[in-house]
Amino acid sequence: MDRIPILRMGNFLLVTIQVDLYDRLAQNLESDLVQMVSKTGARGVLIDISALSIVDSFMGRIIGNIGSVSKIMDAETVVVGMQPAVAITLIELGLELKGVHTALNVERGMQLLKEKILIEESEPDEE
Amino acid sequence: MKLEIAKTLQKKKKQILELWMQNQLKDESLREDLMSNDELRKESDELLNYLLDSLNDENISNIQSSDFDSLNEMISGISITRARQGFSPKETGYYIFSLREALLQALHKDFKGDVNDLMTVTLQMVKLVDGLAAVTFETFIKGREEVILRQTDEITEISTPVIRVWDGILALPIIGTLDSARTQVVMENLLVEIVASGSSIAILDISGVPAVDSLVAQHLIKTVSATRLMGAECIISGIRPEIAQTVVHLGIDLSNIVTKATLASALRYAFALLKLEVKKSTKSEV
Repeated sequence: MDRIPILRMGNFLLVTIQVDLYDRLAQNLESDLVQMVSKTGARGVLIDISALSIVDSFMGRIIGNIGSVSKIMDAETVVVGMQPAVAITLIELGLELKGVHTALNVERGMQLLKEKILIEESEPDEE
Repeated sequence: MKLEIAKTLQKKKKQILELWMQNQLKDESLREDLMSNDELRKESDELLNYLLDSLNDENISNIQSSDFDSLNEMISGISITRARQGFSPKETGYYIFSLREALLQALHKDFKGDVNDLMTVTLQMVKLVDGLAAVTFETFIKGREEVILRQTDEITEISTPVIRVWDGILALPIIGTLDSARTQVVMENLLVEIVASGSSIAILDISGVPAVDSLVAQHLIKTVSATRLMGAECIISGIRPEIAQTVVHLGIDLSNIVTKATLASALRYAFALLKLEVKKSTKSEV
């Protein structure tokens, strides 16, 4: 069965979606990713959807779910490279992906994740 | 007795054309600047041919008949072309109405013996040309509407420029009323430009928007949310006092959107986000 590879980069997990997502693939991705977060203790998840040109309400929900679940597992989620058409579709569907961070490209996404984790790690010291 | 109107007309085609041309040429409103007489004659000749070819004694009183489809198409074509060339409705209408005069003049000689026959023929001709005139008017208006629609599209296109004010900062001044169609264009332009320029901040300046109602506010919120999904921050600036009041009275929640009074303060905020500073130079002027 098709699976989307999840790459580990230090504290982060990197997912690049290169194919059109169908429902089963998306569901698998969600469960795989959660398993990986728990197994590796990753602090951040970066999902690159720049090759994704079609999105529906189900896909939007899956992305939102991944964000929420990762949050509970103490990992931040960043979605990068969203196409304009996809963004407009999601907004028209009323999905604002709350709890998921967004960035323009992978580079900015990585930077954002690093900042987030730095802030979190420095917080206890300040108290 | 059967009145062979179609056949009579067919025989008198040349004469009708001459009469028609005379009628048209003696009219003061003839627009020789828009169409030369030769062109007019050619067009009239063609139209008359179509009319007489599709006309027979059965369908003469039924302009809706499918025999006239090609004729109607031809008239629509003429009418739309004229609308685009800038003919007035009156001039276009007269073009068809002068045909009626010509037809009646031509038939008058043949049927003047019997008043009843003349009456029948006249009525049928009037009805026929009225049908044609109705088609002309409808398509003329349609042609004009197309022109208006195209202009609206053009205005929409040029009225939503996306400006790069700084490296990584885009500004989008919106002038005029925002409706759903326009918001769509604004949103698309903005998002595409964000990707193209790799900007992380967009400033939406609405100082040129005359009024904001709940629908417009909804559109603005949508645009801001879409920008956020792309991974950029969106600031709304130029909210006038009256608009601020309306927004609050309507109970629209803009609390999770960054709003600034002027484009300048929005730019200052954007600089702060990008950790940029603008300083007064101590050096003397270059």
